[in-house]
Amino acid sequence: MKKIGILAVQGDFAEHIQSLNKLKVEIEEVRLPEHLNDLDGLIIPGGESTSQSRLMDIYGLNTPVIENVRNGMPVWGTCAGMILLAGKLVEPHPVPLGLMDTEIQRNAYGRQVDSFEADVSVPCLSGGNFRAIFIRAPKVVSVGSGVEALSWSSDGDIFAVRQGHMLATSFHPELTNDLRFHEYFVDMVNSS
Amino acid sequence: MDKGTWQVKAGHAQMLKGGVIMDVVNAEQARIAEAAGACAVMALERVPADIRAAGGVARMADPERIVSIMEAVTIPVMAKCRIGHFVEAQVLEALRADYIDESEVLTPADEQNHIWKHGFTIPFVCGARDLGEALRRIAEGAAMIRTKGEAGTGNVVEAVRHIRSVMSEIRKVKNMSDDELQAEAKILGASLELLKEVKELGRLPVVNFAAGGVATPSDAALMMQLGSDGVFVGSGVFKSDDPENIGKAIVEAVTHYNDPKIIAEVSKGLGEPMVGIEMSSLKEEQILSTRGW
Repeated sequence: MKKIGILAVQGDFAEHIQSLNKLKVEIEEVRLPEHLNDLDGLIIPGGESTSQSRLMDIYGLNTPVIENVRNGMPVWGTCAGMILLAGKLVEPHPVPLGLMDTEIQRNAYGRQVDSFEADVSVPCLSGGNFRAIFIRAPKVVSVGSGVEALSWSSDGDIFAVRQGHMLATSFHPELTNDLRFHEYFVDMVNSS
Repeated sequence: MDKGTWQVKAGHAQMLKGGVIMDVVNAEQARIAEAAGACAVMALERVPADIRAAGGVARMADPERIVSIMEAVTIPVMAKCRIGHFVEAQVLEALRADYIDESEVLTPADEQNHIWKHGFTIPFVCGARDLGEALRRIAEGAAMIRTKGEAGTGNVVEAVRHIRSVMSEIRKVKNMSDDELQAEAKILGASLELLKEVKELGRLPVVNFAAGGVATPSDAALMMQLGSDGVFVGSGVFKSDDPENIGKAIVEAVTHYNDPKIIAEVSKGLGEPMVGIEMSSLKEEQILSTRGW
């Protein structure tokens, strides 16, 4: 059975765990480098990216996460996770892991009063639109040629991207009962 | 595109979980809190220990102060309004703060009614001492709860009392049969619907932080082990000898709350925490947690 780790230093990791439990996947909470051993995939959850980044840094998680993902371990970041996986951020802090060929802007839709939910089209998922929850969400400013957009708005905002074994969404599938994105990631893990 | 929905309000609190929200009174403190790893800051005119010392009527902070803190950091900025003072809440929403704390730390503006929070786009967090109080606030629209503790004392005893009370009532409700729930709802003064939800979920239907008296990394980890989703630290950071390091240490203790070796390590050499106040030395009118109902 495949085992998926969830970065559990800060944020809504419990919601990802609940979703994965419904899919009968073995999980591991990741707070320290030793929790990364024997993982087949990793999720970086929503939360505060500055807080997560600092806690990853001081407990030595950055280097092993970068190495594992570069060696092919599938990874999925939601919201703060999308920020941490980015190649580059518009603002100077935090320093992202630099894994994906993406440039991301934090809090790009505004403050909490501008947070919103919307039905977004995700062509790679069958079963119609996805109810997406955006909370102080980041925006994808630009992507490299190896990055595929999985979901976008009519005015061209990209909400979800995939680059090989790396997946990122600017919204929070873990806050809904719709498990299709989690199934999609589990498929990525199973086929890697 | 729908703004201000329940999912969006309660969902924001989910993002704060496993984190520390620190009270700050200016931009410099806000930057220290952000660098220490705080997941949000609470913008205040004074920290609770100073509100306690100053006496008089404590009100919402000066909007200029709140805006300067919002401009200083990229993490969410919360601000407090008085219990029942819905115009202070309207002002905080107009300032585009991220979250409102309808707080007993400020002098209540209404002794009967809390704010009807469903009508706002901005989400609210409210204090509670027990399950009934928490569910009354959620019924009014609070998207996040914090157990009250006793703010500005540096004494964790009331915070422990309140989180224990909420958690043990939840455990009791979880084991109740459906026909016992109605009577329990009456006793608690809570809605039956919400109580049913608590029974099904085995927890509050919203995120629940601890507050009011947390002064050390061990205090913070204690609240987490007792079942809190995260911790508010009011006076505990900026009334200590070494705010920068105590802030960092409390953040790390909340993440690694089940790892005593790490808590021991981060607790070393932090200097004096804030001065604590013994509960029995407080006069009745000095107790903040009994404000609101």
